[in-house]
Amino acid sequence: MPQPVITARNLTKKYGDFTAVDGIDFEVAPGESFGLLGPNGAGKSTTMRMVGAVSTRTAGDLEILGLDPNDHGPDIRSQLGVVPQQDNLDQELRVRDNLLVYGRYFGLPRSVIAERADALLEFAQLADRTKAKVDDLSGGMKRRLTIARALINEPRILLLDEPTTGLDPQARHILWDRLFRLKEQGTTLVLTTHYMDEAEQLCDRLVVVDKGRIMAEGSPAALIREYSSREVLEVRFGSDKNAEAAEKLKGIGERLEVLPDRILVYSANGEAELERITHLGLEPITSLVRRSSLEDVFLRLTGRSLIE
Amino acid sequence: MTTTDTSRTPDREDARRALAAGAAPRRFGSWYIAEHRIRAMKGYAGDAIFQSVGNPLIYLFALGVGLASLVPQGVGGVSYLQFVAPALMASAAMTVTANETSYPILLGFKWNPIFFGMNASPITGAQIVNGMFIHIALRTVVTVAIYCGVIALFGAITSPLGWLAILAAAATGLAIGAAISSYTSTIQEDRGQMAMLQRFGITPLFLFSGTFFPLEQLPPFLQPIGWISPLWHGTELGRVLTYGMEEPAWLTATHVGYLVTLFAIGLWATRRHFTRRLDK
Repeated sequence: MPQPVITARNLTKKYGDFTAVDGIDFEVAPGESFGLLGPNGAGKSTTMRMVGAVSTRTAGDLEILGLDPNDHGPDIRSQLGVVPQQDNLDQELRVRDNLLVYGRYFGLPRSVIAERADALLEFAQLADRTKAKVDDLSGGMKRRLTIARALINEPRILLLDEPTTGLDPQARHILWDRLFRLKEQGTTLVLTTHYMDEAEQLCDRLVVVDKGRIMAEGSPAALIREYSSREVLEVRFGSDKNAEAAEKLKGIGERLEVLPDRILVYSANGEAELERITHLGLEPITSLVRRSSLEDVFLRLTGRSLIE
Repeated sequence: MTTTDTSRTPDREDARRALAAGAAPRRFGSWYIAEHRIRAMKGYAGDAIFQSVGNPLIYLFALGVGLASLVPQGVGGVSYLQFVAPALMASAAMTVTANETSYPILLGFKWNPIFFGMNASPITGAQIVNGMFIHIALRTVVTVAIYCGVIALFGAITSPLGWLAILAAAATGLAIGAAISSYTSTIQEDRGQMAMLQRFGITPLFLFSGTFFPLEQLPPFLQPIGWISPLWHGTELGRVLTYGMEEPAWLTATHVGYLVTLFAIGLWATRRHFTRRLDK
């Protein structure tokens, strides 16, 4: 088996009394697409900064490409591409210039950078915006430029912190497509997200994190298999009647989850459960049968919704 | 969870590749940042040049020709223009460095957090600071060299060592800039600190550092402002160099030592603040 490119053991980060990352363990194999899924404040970004060799850990062990970031920050960072949660492109520079100056940070020759910059702008679908001001780009374009910038050094590992947060659905799909291509080319991707669909689309394997701890680990399909049923029936009785209806639904499905606005019935066969409910004489205002998702996994593991 | 591969050796291939790729940025990272800052000047090059040429002309004309006519006897044996010119050079340097070390630092941490972007590459916090100061030093030297040229045209430089006043003025600017950046790099929220800095720092320095009249003209209790003012030390040094103002050698050495020390401490503190702030 190839050596992991990232190894974290009991990785911990504290800010004063607050523990942002609470002793987590994980490994990432070369070429793997690895995700950290969790709500805001779960410690994902902090973990990413430690893996990005810019944030010093409080305790535990961390190795990136076999090197300790405490001793080899710049060396490790020479092999990483980083797409931060908040865009930090230089707004005083034009689109292409952002790539040119960034390439220099890695000590690359200007001719190499110029060549790569043009190819990356093509890849990021920004070839017609090379001279544009960064400020004039849309949110999706800025993200794509940030990804292009992160690829200027041909990184071994690409770190993406909430890559599609704040983007409209179309921009997200363009971005996913680009990331998927990178994955196909064998780039190791490490990404954080609180979107379950993103995690399902992009991650070979992921860890579910909450309050700085890892709750579960596996492929999206395996996690769903382990922590949820095949289907989910969502029924709504109106917000004031949900709790009352839930009492009567006891025994239906494998498990019930009562949310303020709806009741989730976990079952291998959602339609059959809906029939049982109508036989009981209950009439939901709306009903919906869908496949289980990572959202359900998260709900099961933490009792809370991912996006609150 | 997968198990740890205990056979791993520290000299694995990808680690060696990382160490090789990290070598150039470790050595030259500061210069890469300077290159970036110079490239970013394209956006405001016109303003910078206009400022560098326009300001000396306006000031020298107003003070050297206008105000000088009220002081026909000159100051300390030289014309008023000769007296005031080194002070204007040092003040011009201060203006450039004060600008470059105030908003751009807040900007880089907060409004357009490019420092975090730089630090995500192999560049360290200390290198960001070094690179910024390389750029600031270049800008300052160019500005005061133009100033010096205009002053020479006005005939206010009589000593053959006059051109050394460029270095004196630049050192003044850099010492003040480093002191300012050591403060601005700690600012988390903009609550008008920059305006305060201008009002209670830069402006009083400009007025009370023996710029327009000898420090001895001030009431004795105000004179210590001059002694702690880097602008006073830089201006006096400039006067020694441009027209050979007489003062004890130990005092000249003190001017140099004061500016160098202030710069060194300011730079050290700024690098420290950057490093800490980027490591969050």
